Amino acid sequence: MTDTIGRDEPGAVAAGDQFTEAANLPDDIILRVNHLVKEFPITQGIFFRKQIGAVKAVSDVSFEIKKGETLGLVGESGCGKSTTARSILRLLEPTSGEVFYRGKLEGSEETEIVDIASADRSTLRRLRSELQIVFQDPYASLNPRMTVASTIAEPMTVHGTESKQEKLDRVKELLRVVGLSPEHANRYPHEFSGGQRQRIGVARALALHPSLMVLDEPVSALDVSIQAQVLNLLEDLQDEFELTYLFIAHDLSVVRHISDRVAVMYLGKIAEMTDRETLYERPMHPYTHALLSAVPIPDPTIEAQRERIILEGDIPSPANPPPGCRFNTRCPKAQEGVCDVDVPELRELEPDHWVSCHFPEVIHVV
Amino acid sequence: MAEPLLQVSDLRTYFTTEEGVVRAVDGISFDMAPGERRGVVGESGCGKSVTAMSVMGLIEPPAGQIVTGELLYKGRDLLKLAEDEMQQIRGGQIAMIFQDPMTALNPVYTIGDQLSETIILHQKVSRREAKEIAAQALEDVQIPNPMRRLEDYPHQFSGGMRQRVMIAMGLSCNPDLLIADEPTTALDVTTQAQIMNLMLQLADDRDTAVMLITHDLGVVAGFCDTVQVMYAGTIVESGTAHEIFDDPQHPYTWGLLGSMTRLDDAKQHRLHSIAGAPPSLINLPGGCRFRPRCEFATELCRNVLPALRVGDAGHVVACHRADEFDLKTLAADGTSLEEVAS
Repeated sequence: MTDTIGRDEPGAVAAGDQFTEAANLPDDIILRVNHLVKEFPITQGIFFRKQIGAVKAVSDVSFEIKKGETLGLVGESGCGKSTTARSILRLLEPTSGEVFYRGKLEGSEETEIVDIASADRSTLRRLRSELQIVFQDPYASLNPRMTVASTIAEPMTVHGTESKQEKLDRVKELLRVVGLSPEHANRYPHEFSGGQRQRIGVARALALHPSLMVLDEPVSALDVSIQAQVLNLLEDLQDEFELTYLFIAHDLSVVRHISDRVAVMYLGKIAEMTDRETLYERPMHPYTHALLSAVPIPDPTIEAQRERIILEGDIPSPANPPPGCRFNTRCPKAQEGVCDVDVPELRELEPDHWVSCHFPEVIHVV
Repeated sequence: MAEPLLQVSDLRTYFTTEEGVVRAVDGISFDMAPGERRGVVGESGCGKSVTAMSVMGLIEPPAGQIVTGELLYKGRDLLKLAEDEMQQIRGGQIAMIFQDPMTALNPVYTIGDQLSETIILHQKVSRREAKEIAAQALEDVQIPNPMRRLEDYPHQFSGGMRQRVMIAMGLSCNPDLLIADEPTTALDVTTQAQIMNLMLQLADDRDTAVMLITHDLGVVAGFCDTVQVMYAGTIVESGTAHEIFDDPQHPYTWGLLGSMTRLDDAKQHRLHSIAGAPPSLINLPGGCRFRPRCEFATELCRNVLPALRVGDAGHVVACHRADEFDLKTLAADGTSLEEVAS
């Protein structure tokens, strides 16, 4: 029950509460995540697997993504950002919550609103072509025994009706789109560098003309010069194919570069969420302050003048999150009797600036 | 100027593989002064880690071999020392911290055993005294309850704590030179800030020289006095941190800085990416190694490998055309490299 503490408290306005009905989804919103919870059971015993606890990976997360924008979901390892993304796509079964998605209706301009979290298998299968994901590790996410052509064509084999020749033509077109040469089609993944493999992963995701792409740390495994190539490619593709991105990353400077809006997660909850400029110029949550101040800037003059907010200790275990505000054990502003007791709700303190903190304050960190 | 602590000249470390000879480090020379904090930067495969391994005497024949070169540490050539003499220096006077603190610590021994092992090997102390020195070392890296934590095993520490233990181990014998190979790459950004802050403080207090090997130019900017940029086994540019960041002379350095997303960059301008990928170290291009990716390359670059040229105040660059363009003013103008090249 701890995951929902405070949700029903009087006076609290949680993000998402004002829109529980699917019908209220404004036209420009492509995805609304509503009170999403994902817990992994911890069990004991061999024959009678008794549940003795739960890893609360995602605890009551709500946000929206507008059509055509990039939402950056940022946080440190174990904060639940990847679990959130995978629960949205139903690669993991959410424990509770809703994920409203505005899907295309075949053969018309109309759209339909589907709750992915409760959709049945056939609906999900239909939606899969519109929702695609690019994974972090370009070495593990491609089958080493499949040629590039069969990797990229596989989504079409599963979902499409194209003939063999049509598929091959599409593969060649996709290879060109992501900056590889059509002659690469018959090669195997080991013949490519990390950056090229990530391009293959992007081509595979594009094969079925998706609307929403989840990019799960797509450039973290790449060297700086290659990272820039892939980021530029992702930006070009977004313009060309009107894609909506959910961009997951731990690197705050990459997120600043690519996102329109940013949500900062800590230990399964959203700490702060707003547009890109506000988040970096006037952050209000103490965790955002610490995170931003920790990111090094490649300029010795600036670095010499910066004052770092050094956090004490480590991130607590999500199996046993602290009571009250999840950040209270490391927060320089935490007050006894408040922060370790009451869970701060994610509130809209300024238009479209959501913060979950009892003592929010604008600090210029960058 | 004080006598250099470490003088590396014309170091070449090659590895023999089935496909051919990998020229991982191919003729690099640099000096380090006592107390200097030097950043060695470059992308994967540029030879930065092999440079460190060569200095530590950790290149294992027959696969790896230091073909030529001199590694003078306080005037003694490390390459001419017998293994037992090298063992005295390794871990004692020159210590190293590795990237992954989980694989660098032995999981079946306590932290106390592993710390004491180094201390007993290098200092003439009893087991009990070693334990006290070890506890002090843990206290120096701000681990609470050091006496009790000595009895713990590596898995009982978090990633950041393990890296603190590695630093404690590295510094336990008061080395003159600490080599840190990507010490924070496996860590989260707030933990990275903790660790870099700690290293800066400790190195400053003890006047320890640090060779920081990293791909992260941001970390270098906050920590290092001097920087050397490596590409395909060679040093392409070196100088003070200010010279490298404020006035990059080599197109690769310039491209690397332009490729980086910056936290303080409010404009979402397009990143200047470097086309292509680094060359294979088995089959290096003739002439300048950066030539296939360089927008300024000429016929001369194709044929002749540029030597490191010393400019003002020790800022050196290996580029035939470094004098022709002022990359700093180009960056300020917003002129693209393509425009200049044509």
